[in-house]
Amino acid sequence: MSGDAVDTSKRRFLIAATTVVGTVGAVYTAVPFIASWMPSERAKAAGAPVEADISKLEEGQLIRVQWRGKPVWILKRNQEMLTALPGLDDQLRDPASVDPQQPEYTQNGTRSIKPEVLVAVGICTHLGCSPSFVPEALPQPYDPNWKGGFFCPCHGSKFDLAGRVYKGVPAPLNLEVPPHAYISETLVLIGDDGGAA
Amino acid sequence: MKKYLLSALLLVAPALVAASGGGVHLDKANIDPTNKESLQRGARTFVNYCMGCHSAKYQRYNRLGRDLGISDDDIIQNLMFTGEKTGDLMDIAMTKEMGKKWFGAAPPDLTLVARVRGNDWLYTYLRTFYQDDSRPFGVNNQVFSNVGMPNVLWELQGTQKAVYETVIDDEGHEHQVLEGVEIEEAGSQTPAEFDRTVRDLVNFLAYMGEPIKLERQSLGIKVMLFLFVFFIVAYLLKKEYWKDIH
Amino acid sequence: MGMLVNFRDWIDARFPLTKMWEEHLSKYYAPKNFNFWYFFGSLALLVLVLQIITGIFLTMNYKPDAEMAFASVEYIMRDVEWGWLIRYMHSTGATAFFLVVYLHMFRALLYGSYKRPRELLWIFGMMIYLALMAEAFFGYLLPWGQMSYWGAQVIISLFGAIPVIGDDLSLWIRGDFVISDVTLNRFFALHVIAVPFVLAILVVLHILALHEVGSNNPDGVEIKKNKDENGIPKDGIPFHPYYTVKDIVGVVVFLMFFSFVMFFVPEGGGYLLEAPNFEPADPLKTPEHIAPVWYFTPYYAMLRAVTIDIGPLSAKFLGVIVMGAAVVILFFLPWLDRSPVKSIRYRGPICKIMLGLFVVSFVVLGWLGTQAPTDTKTMMAQVGTIVYFAFFLLMPIYTKIDSTKPVPDRVTG
Repeated sequence: MSGDAVDTSKRRFLIAATTVVGTVGAVYTAVPFIASWMPSERAKAAGAPVEADISKLEEGQLIRVQWRGKPVWILKRNQEMLTALPGLDDQLRDPASVDPQQPEYTQNGTRSIKPEVLVAVGICTHLGCSPSFVPEALPQPYDPNWKGGFFCPCHGSKFDLAGRVYKGVPAPLNLEVPPHAYISETLVLIGDDGGAA
Repeated sequence: MKKYLLSALLLVAPALVAASGGGVHLDKANIDPTNKESLQRGARTFVNYCMGCHSAKYQRYNRLGRDLGISDDDIIQNLMFTGEKTGDLMDIAMTKEMGKKWFGAAPPDLTLVARVRGNDWLYTYLRTFYQDDSRPFGVNNQVFSNVGMPNVLWELQGTQKAVYETVIDDEGHEHQVLEGVEIEEAGSQTPAEFDRTVRDLVNFLAYMGEPIKLERQSLGIKVMLFLFVFFIVAYLLKKEYWKDIH
Repeated sequence: MGMLVNFRDWIDARFPLTKMWEEHLSKYYAPKNFNFWYFFGSLALLVLVLQIITGIFLTMNYKPDAEMAFASVEYIMRDVEWGWLIRYMHSTGATAFFLVVYLHMFRALLYGSYKRPRELLWIFGMMIYLALMAEAFFGYLLPWGQMSYWGAQVIISLFGAIPVIGDDLSLWIRGDFVISDVTLNRFFALHVIAVPFVLAILVVLHILALHEVGSNNPDGVEIKKNKDENGIPKDGIPFHPYYTVKDIVGVVVFLMFFSFVMFFVPEGGGYLLEAPNFEPADPLKTPEHIAPVWYFTPYYAMLRAVTIDIGPLSAKFLGVIVMGAAVVILFFLPWLDRSPVKSIRYRGPICKIMLGLFVVSFVVLGWLGTQAPTDTKTMMAQVGTIVYFAFFLLMPIYTKIDSTKPVPDRVTG
């Protein structure tokens, strides 16, 4: 054994230094592996924003486009439909769209950028079925005072023509409104709002 | 002990230097992977002259845009002709079956061709087509005998003819051996301009073969520096503990 | 701190944690004179772990289907974030694994680490070597490039050279009449699950066998023969902290070489990632030059060196026999070596020359295996094969008649 005593503080320092450098290295090495789980370029390309042409969309008509594997509805509402909306407020769970189901610029009475055109993801917020489009303001078995909206056949959830969910149904939230923006009067880009949200 | 091993290996070394065989002399491509203008010109040449028959189906347009400094709009205007999206892969409509039917052999995908053939080979290949009436497309090639491809760049390069030299073999028979090629009729580019066009194209092909190359080298330097620091610290730790041992 | 101690005690009452820590690390006494050649065991373990981790992440994106495999590798290289790094780590790791293992085995040749009582340790090691070769062979088909396909085609056709059962055996291995998607899928299962499992078990057995008898050292002195009053070998030092701390340095230096290759020359001049493998497999087009990856080339050269038929046995079959024998003969090393002395430091000139010739023949055969055959090169391979086998077959004689130097009682460093 060496005649000198063990320099414990030097050893502690060197152990600490090696551990720190080693840990930094380990973290830097771990990052690529964890990051490799992020969406790949292929997933991003497939999930790219989709353009929808609404030049031929008539009042009361609903078209569907696909974005990120989900159905997105574009509905042109008529004046009657729009005036009926405020009157439904006390039957709805979240009439003012407080829950974050829509971008800021659609947090209004019509949940849209242009008052007439609703853009919403056509997936029920209960368990993911696609609700049916029931636009006519006629009595229905699930609602004698039906003013038009969406009805989900799976468990009976109801949404109005702004995608707002009714009280007393299984679905807890309004229909999701995806980020979107109008590239022109008749062309809406779904999935990208240039960071406006 | 180690001396024996080392000297034995050194004695054998000259034998190991035996050349691995002949083949045509290849010109040096001398590409500069950091030259974005060259890469952009090469991309344009590729899309305009090659993608009629050859796909680059592992490369995405938007990756090209990001790496070469080309905006999405410019990509759409200048490099995409059939309404794809910028996130799409650079594929073409011709399938392998169609290609085989029309050309005898399907024109191969070129995304990785630089990694298969090498830059110098590509640079020489694209510049050594010569007129040969015995071939279906009327041309042959100095590095790729009886190639099934026409000289798509002939308008730029012009046409070339083969130069033969007479070689007498061991039995005293004369043979005409292909020695080189030279310009017969000039094209729209001078030889120097054409060399640059091909160099840019090969530069682009080299990029497409491995788009991450520059980033990987840059990261490598950082990693080596980090490991050097780690080595110092670890070595000091080892030395300190091993003071105990005699 | 007290909490940690309590936690440790809780575990120890239920699981031999401290016992294992002491038995294999803090109270495992290793000879104090380990040199450069003793880094490669821990490095081999490191590379195994690296290959497993990078392999797992590659499997997350790789598609073991003949139509999609090649494209999925390019998907990893281009579209998956950091996929290129994981791929290059795995390909460089494969070469690193064999380099480290060959150097690790060479240490055993230098210091007689396979001799009694370490014969079983050597056997386990040889089994690891075989498993590693199988793992590399199965793995190389997966990228489904031209070299992947045709390399596998050549090797599997070697089985066809076995008389009587050869063709059926090849058919059974391939699962099809030619190498196809069927073969690819089963090689994938073997490469990803079966062989790694076997490798892991063998490595555990290898280390347990080592710790049972204790490590050898460059002087070939058995340190357990000289213990102090506490029963601790006088020339032994606890593995932890001394060799843990030393092995960290070894790891860092290794990573420097590894990173240099991975970041600057991942293709390794065409030896690590072979150029033809950047072309998708084409059953109708044979590459000009089929060669196995560098770590198999010595055996490939021996295979091609046999050019004569003997009666009903074809040269091809005899080549397979020779190639197999070249690996199998290594198993017998503990019994071929009759030297009374373990380490080359105390052996005479004959042993040193023979070992030198063995190394030269292995390296030259390795180079020859990468080359297209010519008459001269075939002759060189035949000479190399004879030298290689002479090292083993003449060993019982030359190790006995060679002079030796007196082996010290204590290690010299």
